[in-house]
Amino acid sequence: MALLSKKDTNLITDPLADNNPITIQVLGICSALAITAELKASLVMAVSVMFVLAMGNVVISLMRNIIPSKIRIIVQLIVVATLVIIVDQVLKAFAYELSKTLAVFVGLIITNCIIMGRFEAFALGNGPWRSFLDGIGNSMGYGLILVIVGFFRELLGSGTLFGIPVLGDPIEKTGLYSIGYENNGFMIIPPAALIVVGIIIWVQRSRNPALVEEN
Amino acid sequence: MHELKLKYQGKKMAPAFNAFHTFLFTPNETTHGGTHVKAVDDLKRTMNTVIMALVPILIFSMFNAGYQYYAAIDAANGTPRTLSLFENFLTWDNFWIGIVKVLPLLVVSYGVGLLVEFIFAVIKGHEVEEGYLVTGMLVPLIVPIDTPLWMLAVAVVFGVVIGKEVFGGTGMNILNPALTIRAFLFFAYPTWMSGDKVWVYQAVERAGGPDAISGETILGFLAQNKGSEMAYSVSDMFFGFIPGSVGETSTLLILLGGLFLIYTKIASWRIMLSAVIGSLVMGLIFNQVVDMGWVTETSKFYGLMSFDFWKHLIIGGLAFGIVFMATDPVTGSQTNRGKWIYGFFIGFISVMIRVFNPAYPEGVFLAILLMNVFAPTIDHYVVQGNIKRRMKRLKNAVILPKDSDGKAEELKAETV
Repeated sequence: MALLSKKDTNLITDPLADNNPITIQVLGICSALAITAELKASLVMAVSVMFVLAMGNVVISLMRNIIPSKIRIIVQLIVVATLVIIVDQVLKAFAYELSKTLAVFVGLIITNCIIMGRFEAFALGNGPWRSFLDGIGNSMGYGLILVIVGFFRELLGSGTLFGIPVLGDPIEKTGLYSIGYENNGFMIIPPAALIVVGIIIWVQRSRNPALVEEN
Repeated sequence: MHELKLKYQGKKMAPAFNAFHTFLFTPNETTHGGTHVKAVDDLKRTMNTVIMALVPILIFSMFNAGYQYYAAIDAANGTPRTLSLFENFLTWDNFWIGIVKVLPLLVVSYGVGLLVEFIFAVIKGHEVEEGYLVTGMLVPLIVPIDTPLWMLAVAVVFGVVIGKEVFGGTGMNILNPALTIRAFLFFAYPTWMSGDKVWVYQAVERAGGPDAISGETILGFLAQNKGSEMAYSVSDMFFGFIPGSVGETSTLLILLGGLFLIYTKIASWRIMLSAVIGSLVMGLIFNQVVDMGWVTETSKFYGLMSFDFWKHLIIGGLAFGIVFMATDPVTGSQTNRGKWIYGFFIGFISVMIRVFNPAYPEGVFLAILLMNVFAPTIDHYVVQGNIKRRMKRLKNAVILPKDSDGKAEELKAETV
């Protein structure tokens, strides 16, 4: 790729697999459990986090030499909070129903450990362009897991994808439901997300044993 | 067989083959060198003892399945019915419905569960473990009779993989696999796991039709404050002629099975006894609260709270859970004092969930799963407490000069 050097490309591709924020660093679990019952919500959450993380990384990176290190956490919080409020207002203006589903969790992006983690670990020590790529990469890794979990939870739990029924109509008993299939109520409740994330971690580590931590 | 085993040795399917081999025959290998303890009660023997304790319950449940079906039909038609053991309980008609409904549950439970075990044994390359033998028998006994077989299959796969294999297989699991399966079914398909339709054969299919039948469990009656409409006597509850999950109804047979397990020292009497005490204490507290007039008849808890405390033991799955689930040696507490605490809270919390949460009329499985999670913590503190006590004793002890010192010196002098 001419646009990105090899090192820069790694900033984006690493967090997708071998350095995934959710499955490897085990950050941002709370939101992964809370909002993945529907694919649509997962996707919106992923995009929101991508916006906040990429923009935040750039801002923090630009200010990294003038922030006094003693108060850097407060400065970081203000930056995140500002960006989150922008996201929240945009959602309320253009996707009101969806913002009601996401409810408090958009606001809670502020406390998403991935964001503070990347600010501390990357943006404070790197230039704006690299920080931007890092933000994009990490939020894509986060979003990837969210979408995978959301896919399985919505498909098995409600029989729909993006709200569109794909397995038939449970009330009219068409499609799969005509042979006695029923939606799995367990997949709708948050513990199911924990188990799906656990299975993803299991599959990932058994495919690549180098990722297994020694204790 | 032994020759065949040698032929398959080192091949990929060896673990699966070895499992059949040791299941049917004594292995042709002996250990070489070193000291080893020789005992007949290996894992397989233990498991088979539990299964023997469960067989009478299984057979009874088959008769009861049919009896409840015909009783529900009579009730729907308004025909009075009196129970007579030989005339309308131990009949071929009843047993046939039991065979048609209960055996498939058993076959699916064993088939799917063992298949998962075999697949994991082949992938991991270790011996197939016998842990599923008991789980597979317990599962059909703790589900409602009309549970669709595919749901049971999904739940078994979930329970065995997530409840057991991810932790490393038999002996390493935190949660009781049979209860994991039950919990999965309960949360995934609540319409098939509770209500007044699922406990009687065909009741779901007939619902809404002209020949609709229903069989509410006693807990269900009580949770709706309809205890007075209930037509079951105490002896019905004790002997098990009541609707409920397949094998949980007969307290008498469960009691016999429990005594058998205690006699063979397979299950811990401490856990059983303390769980019984725990449930009685909680039941007594609720009875007292009602007696003092704090809870009136209008309260939604009244039905279950005013229920005689000792009757909690003979309805629902409490007895079955205490005898066959709580005493699981892998997931329960290991220390003696820990077993008392562990058992007590199982009984205590079971009755509490029963009364306070009408949505979960059967709190036993939740209580046992909760205490499964706490068992290692209880054990840890029991062991720590023991160490502390003995350290204290050691500190206070006067250290006398040892006799052996002098003798050793003498011995030394002699040998030199």
